[in-house]
This record gives sequence, C-alpha cells and structure tokens, in this order.
Amino acid sequence: MTGEKGGKNINCREVLHSVYHFLDGEMTPERRDQIARHIDKCAPCLRAFGFETEIRRLVADRCRDKVPDELRIRIAAVIAHEHKQSASAGGIAEGTEH
Amino acid sequence: MADQATFAEDTTGFMDSLYTAALRMTRSPSDAQDLVQETYLKAYRGYGGFEAGTNLKAWLYRILTNTFINSYRSRKRHPEETELDDVEELYLFRRMSGRDGGMGRSAEDEALDWITDDEVKAALESLPETFRMTVLLADVEGFSYKEIADIMDVPIGTVMSRLHRGRRALEKTLHEFGVARGFVAAP
Repeated sequence: MTGEKGGKNINCREVLHSVYHFLDGEMTPERRDQIARHIDKCAPCLRAFGFETEIRRLVADRCRDKVPDELRIRIAAVIAHEHKQSASAGGIAEGTEH
Repeated sequence: MADQATFAEDTTGFMDSLYTAALRMTRSPSDAQDLVQETYLKAYRGYGGFEAGTNLKAWLYRILTNTFINSYRSRKRHPEETELDDVEELYLFRRMSGRDGGMGRSAEDEALDWITDDEVKAALESLPETFRMTVLLADVEGFSYKEIADIMDVPIGTVMSRLHRGRRALEKTLHEFGVARGFVAAP
C-alpha cells in the first residue's frame, strides 16, 4: 500500500493534496478525522483549507443571476399552452356540457 | 409519479439557478433563455415520469445539461476547448500566502474581496465546457460527486478529475485577474 504509518501524523503534502475531497465531504469518516486532527495543529494547512473554503464560497455567492421577468412569463405561457393542447388532445375539452 | 398540475409550483424555485447555469454554459443571454425555456418544456412533458420525492433539482439539471450538449454545444464546436493544461494545486493560495506575517485571520481571506462578480463569472466561463459544467454543478449548485456523475452521465472518477482540474484552472484565472488589477503581485 502507501506505507502510511498507522496513527502517526500524516504529512502536510498529503493533507494539502486532499483538500478538495475534504471540503467536498467525499471522504471516509476515519480519513476525515485524521485530516481534521492535522489541520487543528498545523497553522499553514489550516490557512490553506480556509482559503480554499473561501474560494468555494466566492464562486457560489458571486455567480447568481436572476431570471428576467419576460422569460418567466414566456415559460409560464409555453407550459400553459402545452397543457391546454394535451388536455384537448386527451378529449377533456374545457367547457364541455354534461 | 409526479403530477403535471403541480409542475409550475414544484419547479419555479429552480429557475434562477437553471438560468445562472445556462448563462455560464452558453455565455449568451439569448441562448441561455432559449435553453431554459426548452428545459422547462421538456421537463413538463416528461414530468409524469419523474418519481415524486426524489431529487428534482438533479433531474432538472440533467435535462438542462443534455439539452445544452445536444442543441447548443454542437453549434460552436471548438476542438481545442476540450483541452485544459494541468495547473498546480493551491495555485492562488501559494501566490497570495505569506503576506500577513502570520497574524490571526489571514490576509488571504480579506485579499479575496477584490474579486468582482463579473470576474468570477468570467473565470468560470473561460474554462472549457466540460470542466466549466463540472465546477458549476459542484461549486455553484452544490451537487455531490455522485449527483454530478448522474447528471453528466460519466463515472465519478471523471467527475473528480474534471472538478479538481477545473477548480485549479479557475484559480489560475482569478490570479491573472488579480495581477492585472494590481491586487496580487505578479509571479
């Protein structure tokens, strides 16, 4: 395997290499704890993780666009039209007398 | 089996996100509008096949992504756009760290404040499409690796590879913006 010393400190290089997996929550709980223990004690790694977290937050927050009203209206109209079409095609004509 | 009568109510909340994604994918507001409209129409038509209570957001994104790939991407095919140079890990961090003299909350955090919305969007849009879509799904929309794999119909390993490389390339572009605007020292 990788020759990791069980239980001993993992090195910074290894920790920094897994920053994305860690931040994405895509890691076994054991591995996650191991990394968390390291960054608790290692200021440079903590800063790197903090920085990467900040970039992720930046991308999430700064890429927000609002749908133009005209598009909302158009989509609602298109769906309504589609609904009406399939309703009459299915023989459920509106305003049918009983 | 979901009911088309509740479609509008169920899906309207996702329209802003889908539009944001469409803008990043197409890089054109008019194409983005068409893409979103087409997505909603397809979603409406297929809504009877959607299993209520399952991941509606992912289902919608799958339709959006497929529609983009089939209808919009092929129109402007640039072969070189599938390539992405490998960028080193922690690219931006490495170039911005060490400026705070080791004091408490690092200067790197504040140092990101200069980045504008437009720069983030431009940095994302500068990525080749598949990398751009992966980063968008993960970092803007918060999907998991597994969800992205389902949406893009690729193995999880591919998602990870594209995501990590895409993020590093994004950081490199942000770095270039920072250098251009004088907030980050040139290498």
